Amino acid sequence: MRSVFPFSAIVGQDELRLALLAAAVDPTLGGVLVLGDRGTGKSTAVRALAALLPAMKVIVGCRYHCDPAMPGQWCEECRARPAKPRPKSAELPVPVVDLPLGATEDRVLGALNLEQALSAGVRAFEPGLLAQANRGFLYVDEVNLLEDHLVDLLIDVAASGVNVVEREGLSVRHPARFVLVGSGNPEEGELRPQLLDRFGLSVEIRTPQDIAQRIQIVRRRDDFERDPAGFVAHWQPQELALRKQILAGRKRLPKVRVDDAALEWSSRLCMRAGTDGLRGELTMVRAARALAAFQGHSKVGRAELLQVAPAALRHRLRRDPLDEGGSALRIERAVAELDAEDAAAGGKRA
Amino acid sequence: MPEAQPTAERTTQQSPEAAAAAAASAAAADALRAQDAWRAAACLAVDPVGLGGAVLRTDLGEVTEAWLAALASPLPPGEGLRRLPPHIDDERLLGGTDLAATLRAGRPVHARGLLEECARGFLVLPMAERAEPQLAARLGAALDQRSVLVAREGQQREFATGFALVALDGGRASDEHCVPRLRERLALHVDLAGLRADAPPALARGELEAARALLPGIQAGDEALQALCATALACGIATLRAPLLALRVARVHAALEGRDAIESGDLEFAARLVLAPRATVDPSAQASEPEPPPPEPPPEQPPDASDQPPEPRDPTEVDKLEDSVQEAAQAMIPKDLLERLAAAELARTRNGTAGRAGANTLAKRRGRPAGVRAGRPGAGTRLNLLATLRSAAPWQRLRGREAGAQAGGHAGGQATRVRVLPDDFRVTWYRQKKQTVTIFAIDASGSSALHRLAEAKGAVELLLAGCYVRRDEVAVIAFRGRQAELVLPPTRSLVRVKRSLAGLPGGGGTPMASALDLAARLMAQVGKRGQTPTLVVLSDGNANVARDGTGGRARAEADAFAAAKQLRTLGARVLLIDTAPRPQAQSQQLAELLSARYLALPQADARRMAEAVRLAG
Repeated sequence: MRSVFPFSAIVGQDELRLALLAAAVDPTLGGVLVLGDRGTGKSTAVRALAALLPAMKVIVGCRYHCDPAMPGQWCEECRARPAKPRPKSAELPVPVVDLPLGATEDRVLGALNLEQALSAGVRAFEPGLLAQANRGFLYVDEVNLLEDHLVDLLIDVAASGVNVVEREGLSVRHPARFVLVGSGNPEEGELRPQLLDRFGLSVEIRTPQDIAQRIQIVRRRDDFERDPAGFVAHWQPQELALRKQILAGRKRLPKVRVDDAALEWSSRLCMRAGTDGLRGELTMVRAARALAAFQGHSKVGRAELLQVAPAALRHRLRRDPLDEGGSALRIERAVAELDAEDAAAGGKRA
Repeated sequence: MPEAQPTAERTTQQSPEAAAAAAASAAAADALRAQDAWRAAACLAVDPVGLGGAVLRTDLGEVTEAWLAALASPLPPGEGLRRLPPHIDDERLLGGTDLAATLRAGRPVHARGLLEECARGFLVLPMAERAEPQLAARLGAALDQRSVLVAREGQQREFATGFALVALDGGRASDEHCVPRLRERLALHVDLAGLRADAPPALARGELEAARALLPGIQAGDEALQALCATALACGIATLRAPLLALRVARVHAALEGRDAIESGDLEFAARLVLAPRATVDPSAQASEPEPPPPEPPPEQPPDASDQPPEPRDPTEVDKLEDSVQEAAQAMIPKDLLERLAAAELARTRNGTAGRAGANTLAKRRGRPAGVRAGRPGAGTRLNLLATLRSAAPWQRLRGREAGAQAGGHAGGQATRVRVLPDDFRVTWYRQKKQTVTIFAIDASGSSALHRLAEAKGAVELLLAGCYVRRDEVAVIAFRGRQAELVLPPTRSLVRVKRSLAGLPGGGGTPMASALDLAARLMAQVGKRGQTPTLVVLSDGNANVARDGTGGRARAEADAFAAAKQLRTLGARVLLIDTAPRPQAQSQQLAELLSARYLALPQADARRMAEAVRLAG
C-alpha cells in the first residue's frame, strides 16, 4: 500500500483544509471544488483527507456498503434480505474513490458482468465506481477535463443520490450518496454551471509567497518522499487527534444551534453579494454549523459564517463583467457594506 | 539557427575588441550549455522516477538522437527507451480489451497499455508542444501518483508505474512550447538547439549503479533548501514543484560526483537546468531592492523533528550560497524571456475560458471518444467490441435455443461461441474540434486611407480562401459614420464576400463602441450555434463616435473601453491590427482591455495581414 502524505503535515492552505474538514464532519454539504494553479498541492490535500477519515460500519457482503443503522437508505438487496437474523456488520475505511481520466461509462455506472453473461448465461450487474463511492468520497482530479457524457451522468447521480442503470437488459437502482470532490486548474477550461452548482463549497488556492513557508513545504515533501513510512509514523499522533476531532464534531453537529440572527445575516449577505438561488445561503449556514461543531462550539457565530462565506458563495455569484476584483473581494465588500448598514441602524436606534 | 542570430547581430555593431569578448562569452555559455546537457542525460539515467523526466528543446536533429543514446547507454536491462506516439488512444495508453483473445475465449481478455508495458524505463514523446491536453493529463497523473487507475471497458485495475518521460519540444516559434502540464512535472529542461552531437563518453553502468547506491544517503542542509527556494521565488516561479525538483536534481548531481552531501556546484547545476528555464522574472531586474530577512517559521506548526531546527549558522555563508545559485540561474535565463512570457500569456488567454481547449463537438471518427451508442459500424464510426458483446450477452441462451431449433439440431456442434446480431452493434463516438467563424470588424471611416481598406478586403479574401479548405466561416462588420453594420453574416461563400466587400463605402467617423457591441452580439450568436468565434479588428484611428451615434472623443473612448470589457467576458480570441502609420496608444490600450493580440501593421498589405490572422487563430 502506498503511503499518503499526512493531512496534518500540510502547511498553510487554511481555506482548503477547513472546507475538507467541514465536508468530513457533514458529508451532506455537497462536496468541495478545489481550483488552483499548478503545483499548489490540490490533490495532495484531497488524498490526505482519505487517510484521515474514521472507519464506517457496513453490512457484511453488501456491494454498496449499506449502513446497518439506516434501513431507510439500504439498497434493494439489503431490503430483500429477511429481517432476522440481523445482518452482520463490519468496519471498513470510508471509500475515497478516484474517477480516473479515460474512465468509460460502463465502469462508472456499472454494467452487465460480461464474463458471467457469456459463460453462464446469467444476467448479473457488476457495480461501478459510483457504487464503490457510496457513503464515501468521489474524487475527480482535473475535473474540467472530464468528458461531457460523464459530467452529465455525474450531475444526475450527485443530485439524486441514486444510480439508475437501464442498459443491456439490466434494470438496477442502487444508492450512490457520495461527497463529490473535484480539483482542477481554472486555466484549462470552465466547468459547466450545472456541475459547478453540485459543489457545496468552492476553494481557490495559490502557492504561498512567504519564503519560510515555502521552504517548510519543500522540506516536508522531500522528507516524505525519502522515507514515506517514517514520515507517516511521525505524524501519526497529530492524525489521530484530528480524526478524533472529526468524530467529536460529527457527534456535536445535530446539537449546534443556528439562531435567527445568524440566518438573517446570511441571507442579507447573499442578497448583497448577489448570489443566484438559495443554495448558497443554505450551504453557508450548514458549512458554518459543521465548522462550529468541528471547533467545539455549541452555536454558529459570526466568525464561522465569515470563515465559510467565500467558499460557499464564490461559485454562485452572478457574473459581472465590469467587476474585476474577484469573487473573494466582492464578498468582503458585501460584508463591509452590511457592517456599515448595521452600524447606521444601531446609531438610529440609540 | 535562429538562436544564434541575436548574438551575431549584436557583434556587428560593436568594436572589434568588444565583439571578440562577446563572442568569447557566448562561446563559453554554449560550452557550459553543452556540458550541462550531457550531464542532464546522466542525471536522468540515475534517478528517472525522482526527476520525472526531461523536456528537450530541440530541432530533432542528430544531437537529439545522441542525447537519447547517452541516456540509454548506461541503463540496466529492462529500462530502455520507448516511443510514445502523440496520437495514442486510451486503449493503447491505459489498456483495453484484447480483441482476438476475447473472441477466442468468449470472455473479456485484458490487453496491457503502454504505461503498463513500460513500468520502468523511458517514454519518449515527440512533438510535445502539440500534445493534447487529455494525453498530457493522463501522463501527468501517472507521474504524480506513480500508479495508474484504469476504469474502462469492463476492466478496473490499478498498476504501479516507474517510467520517466522525455518530451521532445520541437516548437519553433517563441510561443510554441511543451504543454505546461508536462513542463511542470519534468525536472530537467534541456536546450539542445544549436549544439553539436559530440557527446562526451557516456556514463558507465558501474558509475550509474554507484550513483544510485549513493543517492538515498545524500543530505540536503537547510541552507541548500533556502538557496533553491529563494532563487525560485526571485525568478518568479510560483509552483513548489520547481524547488522540490531542483533539490532532487542537486542530490543526483552530488551522487554522480561521488559526494554524500550537496555542494554549491550541485545547486548551481540544478538552478541552471530546473529553475532558469522556468523563470518568469529576470531576478537581475529587481536585484537592487534588498530582500527582507526570512521570517521565522510559523509558530502554530506542531513541534516536529523532521523539520530540523535550523542550527545557528554564519548568515553570510548562507547568503553567499544563495547568491551563487541565483547567479547560476540568472546566467541561464533565456534571452527572449519577455517575448516568451508575452507569448505564453497570449496562449493562456487564447486557450482560457472559451478558447479552443473547450471548443469541441461530437463527430463520428476523429478526436476523443465521447461515449458509446447503438448503431451500425461503417459510415465512419468504429465498432466497440466490448459494448457489442455486452449487448449481445443477455440473449445468448435464447439465441442458442432458436438457432438449435431452426437448424434441427445438427448445427449444435459447430455453433459459434457468441451469437451477435446487427441490433447488438455498438459504436464509439468521438469528439471533434469545432468550426471557427472569423469575424472581421473593418474600420471604413474617413481616417482609413482608401488603399488600406482595399488591402483589408484583400486579406479577408485570402483568408477566406484558406478558411474554405478548413470549412470555417467568415463574417464582416464595417464601421463608419454613426454606427457599425453587419455587411456580411457568417458565410463560407467566397462570391458573397467579394460582392459585399466591393460595395463597401468609406468615410465618416469611427464608431468603435458600436462596432465592438455588434461584434459581441454576433460572437454570442455564433457560440450558441456551436461554433468558435474569432474576432479581427482592423482600425487605424481613435474612436470618435459614442454609442448613441454622437461625436466627442472622450465619451467615444469611454464607450469603446466599456464595450471592450464586455466583449472580453466572452473569452474568445481577438486580434487587433493597427494600420495607422504610427502605433496608436489608444489602440494598444483597447487591445489590452480586450485581452487581444495587438499587431501594428502600418504598411498593411493583404498578404501579411492574412498571415498574421492565420497565426493568431
